[in-house]
Amino acid sequence: MMGKQLVKDKSIVVPGEVVAEGRDFILGPGVRREGNQIVASRVGLIHFEGKFIRLIALSGRYIPRKDDVIIGRIKEILINGWLVDTESAYPAMLNLRDAVTEYVAKGSDLTRFFDFNDYIVCKIINVTPQMFVDVTTKGPGLKKLVGGRIIKVNPNKVSRIIGKKGSMLNMIKQATGCNIIVGQNGVIWIKSTDPKMELVAVNANKDS
Amino acid sequence: MKKSEFKRPDGRAYDEIRQIKAEVGIVSRADGSARFQIGKTVAYAAVYGPRSLYPKFLQNPKRGLLRCYYNMLPFSSKGERVKPGPSRRALEISLVTEKALTPAIDLTKYPNAVVDVFIELPQTDAGTRCAGITAAAMALADAGIVMYDLVSAVAVGYVNGNLIADLIYDEEAYPGEVADIPVAYMPRYDKFSLLQMDGKISGEQLQKALELAKKVCLQIYNVQKKALKRRYEKYKSIGNVEG
Repeated sequence: MMGKQLVKDKSIVVPGEVVAEGRDFILGPGVRREGNQIVASRVGLIHFEGKFIRLIALSGRYIPRKDDVIIGRIKEILINGWLVDTESAYPAMLNLRDAVTEYVAKGSDLTRFFDFNDYIVCKIINVTPQMFVDVTTKGPGLKKLVGGRIIKVNPNKVSRIIGKKGSMLNMIKQATGCNIIVGQNGVIWIKSTDPKMELVAVNANKDS
Repeated sequence: MKKSEFKRPDGRAYDEIRQIKAEVGIVSRADGSARFQIGKTVAYAAVYGPRSLYPKFLQNPKRGLLRCYYNMLPFSSKGERVKPGPSRRALEISLVTEKALTPAIDLTKYPNAVVDVFIELPQTDAGTRCAGITAAAMALADAGIVMYDLVSAVAVGYVNGNLIADLIYDEEAYPGEVADIPVAYMPRYDKFSLLQMDGKISGEQLQKALELAKKVCLQIYNVQKKALKRRYEKYKSIGNVEG
């Protein structure tokens, strides 16, 4: 039996709205199957790519996902690592062995690596079903952020700020001469030698 | 209850609801928000969350928590100052609002977290819990919460044996036999998530009242849907962007 598409491609749907009928669809995020019907789970933009249906979320807080590179803030210092604020409902755990290579004696002061309120670029290595999040700062581009400024945007717009293969972000970087790092959680770090250009970059990111 | 003549004070037909207006995304600081107006009753709803939940003993590793706060503003009533804050009545309505909205939300997606819903009523003329639930459903959807369905709510009732939809204060307080039935409805599943009743009617009358409630809830549902779509219309132009 052939499936039937019930709403137009790239239309806005609301939760509970039936977007298609039939069993031969493949479901992406944001949609679910209820018997013969494919139903939207949240507000968003529906995409049909052949038999593949997915919903692009346009609002909502950040939910940690494996392999996302985010910008987090050190919230607490624990015995063997740090607790990182991820701008979501769930803080992330940065374990000592995922952060530093050198030997650190147990119980020593960890603030010499990351102090309270330091911002770090980190990558999510694991998310459990109970939403315990583990991050690492070992990897290319993952580091502590020094100087610059932090702005926060809607995390659902991050992919648009970055653009196709980073086109949008590269354009802003070139035009303003700023150093910019965009976290998937909607936290953006901007640094420049010219404060005026920093502001231009801030506005560019907020508008896009 | 014997049926006798009754003319609605605002001249509406028996099954006619007041004029409704809905708008989504009005509180920019909130994760989701909505305004719902039905006649002279106005409800604002703002949603914050999912966010971390403290004190910790409230956390549930299996599912998130939905918390609702219902509040009438001091000047919202007929001129007697409404004492702000949690009165017995406000607490009860907060509770039923929570219970009316919970079946529409997939809280298993938010373990240990909380979704807070704040409902404020700057202007009231009966049907406040229904307006609050309707606004809150839109605000929750606006906040990107994973939901099974929207929730639409309305009050139906009997005045002197006549079945009417969407009672105003003068009808609730009519010096005769009055039954007031606030109802919340999930259109996709054809299920009620709130059913309260004041007054005395037969089972058969209740059935009829619920049929009418379904009919008018669908009208409200369409307005909710339109308001949500209007809010996100501007994003329609975005193409397939994946970083």
